[in-house]
Amino acid sequence: MLALLAQEVDFVRPAIDWHAVAPELTLLAFGALVTVMDIVWLERGRRLTSSVASIALLVTMIPIVTLALDGEDRVMFGGAFVVDNYALVMKAMFLVAGYVVVLLSTNYVAEGDYWESEYYGLLLSSILGMVLMASARDLITVFVALELLSIPAYMLATWRKRDLKSNEAGLKYYLMGVFASAIMLYGMSLLYGGAGSTLLADINEAVSVDGSPSAIVVVGVIFVIIGFAFKVSAFPFHTWAPDTYEGAPTPVTAFLSVASKAAGFVALLNLLFVGFFGRDDVYEPLIWILAAASMTVGNLVALRQTNLVRMLAYSGVAQAGYMLAPLAVASDVGDAALTATVTYLLVYAAMNLGAFAIVLAVARKTRSAEIDSFKGLFGYAPGLTIAMSVFLFSLAGIPPLGGWWAKFRVMEAVIEAESASGVVLGVFVAVNSVIALYYYARIGLGMWAEDAPNGDTTPIRVPASLVSALAITAALTIAFGVYPPLVSEFDVTLLAGGLGG
Amino acid sequence: MDSWILTAVTFVPLLGAVIAMAMPNDDELHKRWALAVSLVAFGLGIAMLFDFNYDQAGQLQWVVDEPWIDVIGAGYTLGVDGMSLPLIALTVLVMPLVFLYSWSHIPSPGNTKSFLILMLILETGMIGTFVAQDLILFFVFFEVVLLPMFFMIAVWGGDDRRYASLKFFLYTLFGSALMLLGFLALFFLAKDPVTGEFLRTFDMRELTDTAGAGIARSSQLLIFGGMFIGFGVKVPMFPFHTWLPDAHTQAPTQGSVILAAVLLKLGTYGFIRISIPMLPEAAEAWAPVIGLLAVIGIIYGALGCLAQTDMKRLIAFSSVAHMGFVMLGISTLTDFGINAAIFGMVAHGLITGMLFFIAGSVKDRYHTLEIGRLGGMLIQAPRLGWILGFTSMASLGLPGLAGFWGEFPAILSAYQPANGLPVETFRGYMVVAAVGTVLAAGYLLWLLQRTAMGEPPEEFANDPEIVDVTPLEWVSWTPFLLLIVLFGVAPGLIFEVTDPAVVESLNNCLQFENGCDGVADATTAALGG
Repeated sequence: MLALLAQEVDFVRPAIDWHAVAPELTLLAFGALVTVMDIVWLERGRRLTSSVASIALLVTMIPIVTLALDGEDRVMFGGAFVVDNYALVMKAMFLVAGYVVVLLSTNYVAEGDYWESEYYGLLLSSILGMVLMASARDLITVFVALELLSIPAYMLATWRKRDLKSNEAGLKYYLMGVFASAIMLYGMSLLYGGAGSTLLADINEAVSVDGSPSAIVVVGVIFVIIGFAFKVSAFPFHTWAPDTYEGAPTPVTAFLSVASKAAGFVALLNLLFVGFFGRDDVYEPLIWILAAASMTVGNLVALRQTNLVRMLAYSGVAQAGYMLAPLAVASDVGDAALTATVTYLLVYAAMNLGAFAIVLAVARKTRSAEIDSFKGLFGYAPGLTIAMSVFLFSLAGIPPLGGWWAKFRVMEAVIEAESASGVVLGVFVAVNSVIALYYYARIGLGMWAEDAPNGDTTPIRVPASLVSALAITAALTIAFGVYPPLVSEFDVTLLAGGLGG
Repeated sequence: MDSWILTAVTFVPLLGAVIAMAMPNDDELHKRWALAVSLVAFGLGIAMLFDFNYDQAGQLQWVVDEPWIDVIGAGYTLGVDGMSLPLIALTVLVMPLVFLYSWSHIPSPGNTKSFLILMLILETGMIGTFVAQDLILFFVFFEVVLLPMFFMIAVWGGDDRRYASLKFFLYTLFGSALMLLGFLALFFLAKDPVTGEFLRTFDMRELTDTAGAGIARSSQLLIFGGMFIGFGVKVPMFPFHTWLPDAHTQAPTQGSVILAAVLLKLGTYGFIRISIPMLPEAAEAWAPVIGLLAVIGIIYGALGCLAQTDMKRLIAFSSVAHMGFVMLGISTLTDFGINAAIFGMVAHGLITGMLFFIAGSVKDRYHTLEIGRLGGMLIQAPRLGWILGFTSMASLGLPGLAGFWGEFPAILSAYQPANGLPVETFRGYMVVAAVGTVLAAGYLLWLLQRTAMGEPPEEFANDPEIVDVTPLEWVSWTPFLLLIVLFGVAPGLIFEVTDPAVVESLNNCLQFENGCDGVADATTAALGG
């Protein structure tokens, strides 16, 4: 039978560079292991799953490091899967962010009596999708990676299944996510129809003919970008974010706001810099509007929030605006825009995960994420207060904390374009930084200068895993700011796959 | 002495702060530690004063040039010349005195450890701003100052501290965000005047040497405008000054003293170190505007003082007026005017810092700064009253005291501004500024009359808390008082140090056009003037 099949189908197995796919395979193997452990050991396996998940993420770092030391760009499947510096940097970021999320989850999931094995299994598979996304240079690979990272995330968002808010969070996220996927898929089908290939490099060749683009190309590009605008929660496609963030378990919220957003950006970067690079007349105005509107609306709405998680959701919308800004001048500055967005993503991951770690730590005592519940924190938890101040003022972009360097790179890129639109966008960033400072600093004021509500000053007991998460994120946030080369030394040009490789 | 000294003097306070964080929570220990650390910085400052090559005061000394952020060509570049030396000396002198004052004056709600650590971080930020010779490094130090000051006002301030601290933070951040855009534009546009290639550098020495060559005039004006807002907020210049009275009034005494003595100078220093030497052509165009805002500040600040009922708020408004004189001197773009401005910065730092110390001590004794409720200080606490009188005289510019040499030459310099500037306009400014000195005499003498003279009011007549100057206050105040007299009698001590550096900064553009004056002539000709 097998012999018959082999004769009938003339299938040539594409050459597989095992080293290049080692990170994905490692994650896959560990994800399967977590599931099997659950089936075989049942209750006995529960206690081990979080350790296995964190080991999985650390072990996966090994092939990333060896690939980086090797330094060779690897291209597979006719250019659909590429391992270059940029992909490695993003993969490493996803793994570290995932590791911090596991640290955040350990006590939360165990104490909440939720299903642990499934939780970590889904988390690993979502991270696998992200790691894959960093290498995807093909519409189908991009789409598969996107669904691989999204579908587990829908389930994670509704993990507190006896809680109505969590159900709302998951359902909203799911419906909006599927809607966005549908739009994007429609756009992709148009692009495929025009180019006759799903490889981004081929699409670039097909769409970037001189002269005005055809209507199909315009609609295709716009639909695909809008699909990812949902993912990165850019205005006006952000409406799911506040409700989902508020209702989802806090570690999952941290995961969505950092890793999932970053994955959306990675996909967007792949598409813009490889697929649509020649069609800047279509995507640049769109991105410009998305960027300016996201930062302004996100910040203005954040001013009015009374819940810290909702505020971080809106601040995340604004931060997405900053990250989009360099892409609006991508054709003028090229790699500088890519570097700026990547730098922002890395710094943002450290500081935003840190902020959520504090929310988790404080909520252990106050059982609330209301901004008022942070008042007087300095009186009974000075360490947490100092760490939270570091994260908040880093998000605001105050030197010498990491955020300044991220904002600086964004401003540098838009000014480098030496065009009126770039300078105006730069002024948008500058003015928005001031608006944003107001709500970040107000929380700082509450923590430092006001009295605790109800005079409750019992200290907070912070479990070891949270302490390590805080130590990692705070150290990175400060180090990125004091010595920026840490986050900017590597050269992150995007390899065009079939074309450039 | 080698170049390590600049790194040392900048980072010793920060190192001290980091070590202090790890030390046990013992108030006395922390007071001693902070004082010791600031004394080490002071010692290094004194060593710098002795080692400085005064014959070469126009040149940067102890230059450090190490790579820092290679990707954008920003370096860890430090250096000191005659322009920054007096300001560094002022900073390292003021800080130990402030720590000494903190021995018995930790404002509510206590928490000595954090309070002192914040001040140490602040010191690093301030010294770093004065020694940085790279725009990005300058920017980082300039901003490092914000957070500690914000927390000092927010946590240890008066009743309205939340409002005041946020206002301070938002205003200055707005300014510095636009300033950063200006720095970036300069980075991308500045060209080598000889080869015409883009420089792509943040090195302040190189940017000063090119003096804006090859940048279109319209871009120069915009860049200068961005920096103008950034530095102008910090100075503060009218109309960006409204954060200052609130911040000063609400800040704890130590915060007010540091704010007045050093922090405001970061703005004026930015003008003379960055804006003017790097963009002389734009400076010419902006100078009349700066001069106008400066004299408005002088008159507005003085009128504001006359309307105040709170002693600390009055001193804060007098800062607006005094910094107006400094900015008037700078706006003339002459050697004379800028020298006067630097002197004015040092003098204002000593005098107004001293006034805030007195205000703090008055508040400790009377528990109010309401001028209408005070009185008869000369009877109840004669030495305190006399010190207030002496400092007020210095502040209003009495010849023989330091304040005079900041104010008088600044006014005089407006008589003959740099070539190409509208002479009549500046002479008009001169007259208005002169009126400002009369108003200054008015509000300061009125303050003195209402608080120090007359009979003590009934409510305080037998108050045992109202004691004369304590030994601790003597120790922390005497250096201020001595220096006010010293610089009043021998102004050359500062002028001789600053002059070569100022001449150097104004002459840098000589190499390429026909000098600043030539640029100005060309500009006037182009405008049909």
